[in-house]
Amino acid sequence: MTDGPPVIEVKDLTRTFGSFVAVDHITFEVHPGEVFGFLGANGAGKTTAIRMLTGLLVPSGGQAKVAGHDVYTQSESVKRSIGYMSQRFSLYEDLTVRENAQLYGGIYGLRDAEIRERIGAMLSRLKLEAAADTRVSALPLGWRQKLAFSVALLHRPTIVFLDEPTSGVDPVTRRQFWELIYETARAGTTVLVTTHYMDEAEYCDRISIMVAGRIEALGAPSDLKEQFGVESMDELFVRLARPATGAPAGSAPP
Amino acid sequence: MSGAAIAARGAGLVKRFEETTALGGISFEVAAGEIFGFIGPDGAGKSTLFRILATLIIPSAGTAEVLGRNVVTQHWDVRARVGYMPGRFSLYPDLSVEENLTFFASVFGTTIAREYDRIAPIYSQLEPFKERRAGALSGGMKQKLALSCALVHRPELLLLDEPTTGVDAVSRREFWELLAQLKTTGLTIVVSTPYMDEADRCDRIALIDGGKILATDTPASIAGSFGRPLLAVKAKDRYRALLILRTFPHVHTVFPFGEVLHYSDERKDAAPEQVAAEVAEFLRVKGLEGADVHPIAAGIEDSFMERLS
Amino acid sequence: MTALWGLLRKEALHILRDRRTLAVLLLLPVLQVVIFGYAIRTDVEDVRLAIVDPAPDFATLRLRGRLTAAHVFRLITVLRETEPLERLFQTGAVQAALVFEPGFADDLGRGLPARLLVITDTTEPNTGVTIQGHVLSVVQSVMREMPPRAGGVQIVPEARLRFNPTAESKNLFVPGLMAFVLTIISCLMTAITLTREKETGTMEALLVSPLRPWQIIVGKVAPYLLVGFASVIGVIVEARLVFDVPLRGSVPLLLAEGVLFILVSLALGVLISARTDSQRVAMTAALLGTMLPTMILSGFIFPVESMPRVLQYLSNVVPAKWFVIIARGIMLKGVGLAYLWQETLVLFGMALVLLGAAARSFHERLE
Repeated sequence: MTDGPPVIEVKDLTRTFGSFVAVDHITFEVHPGEVFGFLGANGAGKTTAIRMLTGLLVPSGGQAKVAGHDVYTQSESVKRSIGYMSQRFSLYEDLTVRENAQLYGGIYGLRDAEIRERIGAMLSRLKLEAAADTRVSALPLGWRQKLAFSVALLHRPTIVFLDEPTSGVDPVTRRQFWELIYETARAGTTVLVTTHYMDEAEYCDRISIMVAGRIEALGAPSDLKEQFGVESMDELFVRLARPATGAPAGSAPP
Repeated sequence: MSGAAIAARGAGLVKRFEETTALGGISFEVAAGEIFGFIGPDGAGKSTLFRILATLIIPSAGTAEVLGRNVVTQHWDVRARVGYMPGRFSLYPDLSVEENLTFFASVFGTTIAREYDRIAPIYSQLEPFKERRAGALSGGMKQKLALSCALVHRPELLLLDEPTTGVDAVSRREFWELLAQLKTTGLTIVVSTPYMDEADRCDRIALIDGGKILATDTPASIAGSFGRPLLAVKAKDRYRALLILRTFPHVHTVFPFGEVLHYSDERKDAAPEQVAAEVAEFLRVKGLEGADVHPIAAGIEDSFMERLS
Repeated sequence: MTALWGLLRKEALHILRDRRTLAVLLLLPVLQVVIFGYAIRTDVEDVRLAIVDPAPDFATLRLRGRLTAAHVFRLITVLRETEPLERLFQTGAVQAALVFEPGFADDLGRGLPARLLVITDTTEPNTGVTIQGHVLSVVQSVMREMPPRAGGVQIVPEARLRFNPTAESKNLFVPGLMAFVLTIISCLMTAITLTREKETGTMEALLVSPLRPWQIIVGKVAPYLLVGFASVIGVIVEARLVFDVPLRGSVPLLLAEGVLFILVSLALGVLISARTDSQRVAMTAALLGTMLPTMILSGFIFPVESMPRVLQYLSNVVPAKWFVIIARGIMLKGVGLAYLWQETLVLFGMALVLLGAAARSFHERLE
């Protein structure tokens, strides 16, 4: 982690849809160069929270700043400072790797020369130079995820949001991906990642766990395990999501 | 295994599609009454294999039998006796929980009332929500409904294709507890999953990747067959430790595993304690203080990754 | 600006690489030019003509010669009396008839008006009006060549638009509309419902159950048969009550033919769904493969007789074309199976072939 003001500052952030409170006054900070795990069950409010932080959804209440920009009034600046990669969508399948990179580079305002140089660097780092002019649809899943991540970083954002980036990939590729994450974080880019793999939660510097719209745990994995008296992140998750015997926590629908 | 009846068997199963070969020769045997898991990532061929066993597609080569019946020539017999839960939630989102279950029961010539005791352990959790539209259920609840629909006609064998994918950790855990309960009724359960930790919940497993089986045995045996020294390294700066360990002269692989790093040595016959001492020293020399290094027993994931690389 | 440019470039690449979209984009303008250019032709050609000339004389013969010389008409038969005309019109053997009074030349010579009746079958109003106009111009040019008699001489054509007295297009439209609506319900909706099961994955669950394929098809398709039947009734009722379109023939026959047409469309819907797993593709295939031809080639809007030979042959493959003939026959001409048995047989044959193909296309497995 590097020093400096927080890359994400969230205070009492809230979002309601009609009478349903999806995100309920959450407060947390993410520091520069940190790998922050943003966890929670489906329907706990993770996706809504991330949408607010990436400038896609306006909050109902509270404050949030991403890379120093206010999400209410400066959402365009927010979008320019962040990178995004999700499990559902990464790269356009019928375009080549290079074309994808050129597209995203162009969208973020990079000049052609810059794009070319950065693509070259990216491909040689991944040792995937041969894939440059191949259509994404012809590449194995593991390669696609890594390439998508690199493309998301092309414009050197301050922070990159990763939404379940390793779902379904084989265990070796998964770990290689996480090495990329580490490398990126060490180079100064902040990473906010969501995942269903509890062991990946351990890779993070700090994590937060959302249950029914609220943050019920926030801190370093080892500290949290000690705090709650559990051996693994899995157990921690179970402890938070089902506090009593079998009954779901909060008012989350089953 | 000997003496137990065989509930399902595959011999040299091959499946070719236009551009790819999904299965490159799969052979296995599932004993009656056991929980058998096919463990592997996306693209391994799990869904293709399950579709063949469910009699939905025909293999390009090889044979398969389920409950003693050939999946190609006796498919109607197989279908009557097998409960199949496909990879995607194959329920009608606009029908209620009860309507979905009623439909699947009726298609097999029975009713919910008649089969209630069989599905009760699962359905009792759904009953409070039986009026709710299936599309409005959470991932975990959808799973349970799909499982109920697969069980309602009292099958002898369950084929569950990635039943826990995309569902949160808690629901996954509950689902496996339900499966353990079902096993006590004598049901044979064949499951596929990409989650390595679920492998331990099975009686026997087959590791599958790229259309081939890498190993078939009990989880304990597969884990025990790792074949080289394995260490857990715990350090404050994990990434730095990772990079340093990769430069160790005898390193085979180093991978992050949750809180720790797993280090495996290329010297197969070296004594683990010895290796641990060497590695700890190496880290100290390279400037990484306070690292905790000790030998560990390999798990399924370690074995899987070993066979992949 | 580079961002926008990049996006435009990406879209261009998507289009170029998606062969199906490309085919549609390139083919569509060509199709449009061909069909609209040729299908909408206001000039008529080769109109089948019957002449009734009870007492041929030099005047009638000259007129007859000139009228048939121009290739606008094709002379089918010359009759001595008007009685057989009715049947010729009803079977569609002739589309127009000219009836000369006896003593035509005498009347002309004596300066009296000589009557020439021009009868056209205007179940297609455009054609009817054009035919009338043509006859009028030929008559007028012949008149100018004749020496002027004392008191002036006229041939007065008396036109009667036979089957569509007001030449209102609604009468024309309704049978075609019926075909169109039925195609939507039976073909499009069937294709969509079957592919929706495939898309959501529930088809797998159905296949693996004891349900036989025919049961699955019948179960999913029967509701649309009922809905289609109800809509035939609905269209007829609405046409009669609200738009006053005639229904001169047998209602049960019309309903039966409607059911036949529905079966053909249902089979097409099943066939389309067998070729794809995607609802969107099914919808596009149904639109392009059945609804577009129905609109353009069935005679719904544009008369088939005016189209170039190629398109006329093509229209024979469109089930709606046959149904439109049948429906128009029953509703506007009041004819029955005796006259429409050929068209009915064609539809019946199509139904058998398509239903057979549909049944075989629906497998009890995924492939």
